Amino acid sequence: MQPGSHITGLSALRTTIARLERRAAADRGATPLTFGLPRVDAALPAGGVMPGALHEAWGAGPQVEHGAAVALLAAGLLARGPGEVLWVLEQRDIYPPALAEVGLTPNRVVYVHARKPATVLLVMEEGLRHRGLAGVVGEFSGTLSLTASRRLQLAAERSGVTAFLLRRSRCFDDPVLREPSAAVTRWRVGTLPSLPPLAHAPETPGLGPALWRLELIRCRGGEAHSWIVEAFDATGRCRLVADLADRPAAPGADRPTAPEPRRALV
Amino acid sequence: MITAASDGRRMVVAAADQAALALGIRPGMTLAHARAMVPGLAVVDADREGDATALARMAAWCLRYSPLTAADPPNGIWLDITGCAPLHGGEAALLADLLERLARGGAQARAAVADTPGAAHAVARFGRDALAVVDPGTHAEAIAKLPVGALRLPDETVTALRRLGFERVGQLAEAARGPLVRRFGKQVALRLDQAAGRVFEAIHPVIPDEMVAHRLSFVEPLLTAEAFGQVIDELLTAVCAGLEASGQGARRLDLLFERVDGSVQSIRIGTAAPSRHAPHLARLLRERLETVDPGLGVEAMQLRVPQAEALAFRQASAGLLDGDAPAAGIAALVDRIENRLGPGSVWRAAAVESDVPERAVAAIPAIGRAPATSWPPGLPRPVRLLDPPRPVDVLALLPDHPPVAFTWRRRRHRIRRADGPERITGEWWRRAGEEAAVRDYFAVEDEDGRRFWLFRRGDGIDPATGDLRWFLHGLL
Repeated sequence: MQPGSHITGLSALRTTIARLERRAAADRGATPLTFGLPRVDAALPAGGVMPGALHEAWGAGPQVEHGAAVALLAAGLLARGPGEVLWVLEQRDIYPPALAEVGLTPNRVVYVHARKPATVLLVMEEGLRHRGLAGVVGEFSGTLSLTASRRLQLAAERSGVTAFLLRRSRCFDDPVLREPSAAVTRWRVGTLPSLPPLAHAPETPGLGPALWRLELIRCRGGEAHSWIVEAFDATGRCRLVADLADRPAAPGADRPTAPEPRRALV
Repeated sequence: MITAASDGRRMVVAAADQAALALGIRPGMTLAHARAMVPGLAVVDADREGDATALARMAAWCLRYSPLTAADPPNGIWLDITGCAPLHGGEAALLADLLERLARGGAQARAAVADTPGAAHAVARFGRDALAVVDPGTHAEAIAKLPVGALRLPDETVTALRRLGFERVGQLAEAARGPLVRRFGKQVALRLDQAAGRVFEAIHPVIPDEMVAHRLSFVEPLLTAEAFGQVIDELLTAVCAGLEASGQGARRLDLLFERVDGSVQSIRIGTAAPSRHAPHLARLLRERLETVDPGLGVEAMQLRVPQAEALAFRQASAGLLDGDAPAAGIAALVDRIENRLGPGSVWRAAAVESDVPERAVAAIPAIGRAPATSWPPGLPRPVRLLDPPRPVDVLALLPDHPPVAFTWRRRRHRIRRADGPERITGEWWRRAGEEAAVRDYFAVEDEDGRRFWLFRRGDGIDPATGDLRWFLHGLL
């Protein structure tokens, strides 16, 4: 064998691998699910949440139990594209009007009550193999093995269906969530005290849009970040608050140090 | 009213209705005696053949519940509901539905489920309740207390047993077998064994003739799942061709395995939309193969379509209207999930015109008409609705101030911002007790920015509207 054939063989392999890896999103010409915030979208290699991939998200602190904000995040992102969504539940506690409020209307969602964590993964994989869907959302409270997450990621890649795995847990700082997984991005969403509904009259009572601390803990091909954003409104818009962007996510920093974030809106 | 039939020498009462039974008339009485007891008794000649035909028709109707049903003259119907109960929401629900439908048709009936046909027969006729579910493994105890007449023995044998002091089935089961068989023949022992499940009892199922079906029998008995899979493919090819010829699609499929030992095992699957797509149906059937016990081997398999619906040929979408295309694909996915998780586990949410939050959402079948309307926009609604609402301790000023703090699960949440009240009044047209009821909802945010949806029962002024207790109804 000639010495040069190794090099050509290697580069051929590299192209094959690159093609295999990128096939999911790029070849199908699928558009990423963008936040509409240039700073957030620029931090994600696909220019938004990559379609045809597995994304994990969970609530910060005590919110990991109910995962209300992450459900809205997944619903709001999936509402940007067309198509139907399979929503796999472990407990039947979701309230569809809230999802409709961020744009995911009831005619687009099919709910599945899987009852057990293992069944959630099974149904999700079944859904991810189905090319006709826009997305699969699973609420999962068990331990996710690396193999199980890789299965979901592969199924999502092959069909181009976007998968959101919303992790729920009864304990606040569950070590299970720190275990490695094959998800392309992992998010932690916490809430912060919101801004007054009228900026010029801070004493006015009432509730403005909720404020989220959006932490990108892991991102394949990108870096960890943390932003403070306003929750999605009915049209799926959200706003970036303050200039806290581009700061890497500090592990364990769930609570804001300052009682109120700065009020500048970008 | 009674029916009368000839007993050879004399006319006897064959059957009596409720009113006649209440007057003391019993089947088996002579007609003359009955007439003497109740003057003006309405008597109709018994039509044994007509009864048998009607019973057979009823057995065919019972195919809606199970692939294996059989008439059991003079007054019973067998249903082998192995594996069918989950499709109807459990054994008790299946029986309740069966009895209710029969009652609507004017037929009084009693029903029982047990591990063996003999035990079910006994409990249905001699049990206390009109609807009885004998838990698996407890059929022996269930029949032990019943009179010996429950064992399907000839009247003379029952009378003779009584005379010997055997009143209950349990006494008979404990008695020595030898003398019993010598005195009464094998039948007593056989019936006891059938009721206990020691002797297999086959029921001969009815098959309505208009059903699409196909049967394959084999030279060598089959045992392995792969072999069954191949047979399923062949059966489906034939059945789907039959369905296509009649312009129908299957909503239910029964696959029957005829075992070498003469018993029959069955798989039943359902589909959300009529289908004659062989690969899809094959996949549904294969997923259930593990529930089949082939025993010593299966010598024939039969595939039947007890429920089919019209399925027209559909023109492939030209892509002009985007909204039409994807629904067709989802039906297959829904079928697979629903057959694995059980009915009712896949649904869509539909908006219901109601202000009461728990009534505003209805679960509708995932396949079919998609919900056209959504909920009124702009109202704060929780992502998680707690059902039932959790009572919480709240510090608030009456009558219409939002809470200052509340305690949930021993954790105190101080409220920074709040929105409300949103007043929801009771729906008196649904329930009489709600006429005056009022709930005041507040969306609140605590110091950490977590948002909750609280409500207070009552408006704080009129005690009739509620008792002023606070509840947490959801998390925003």
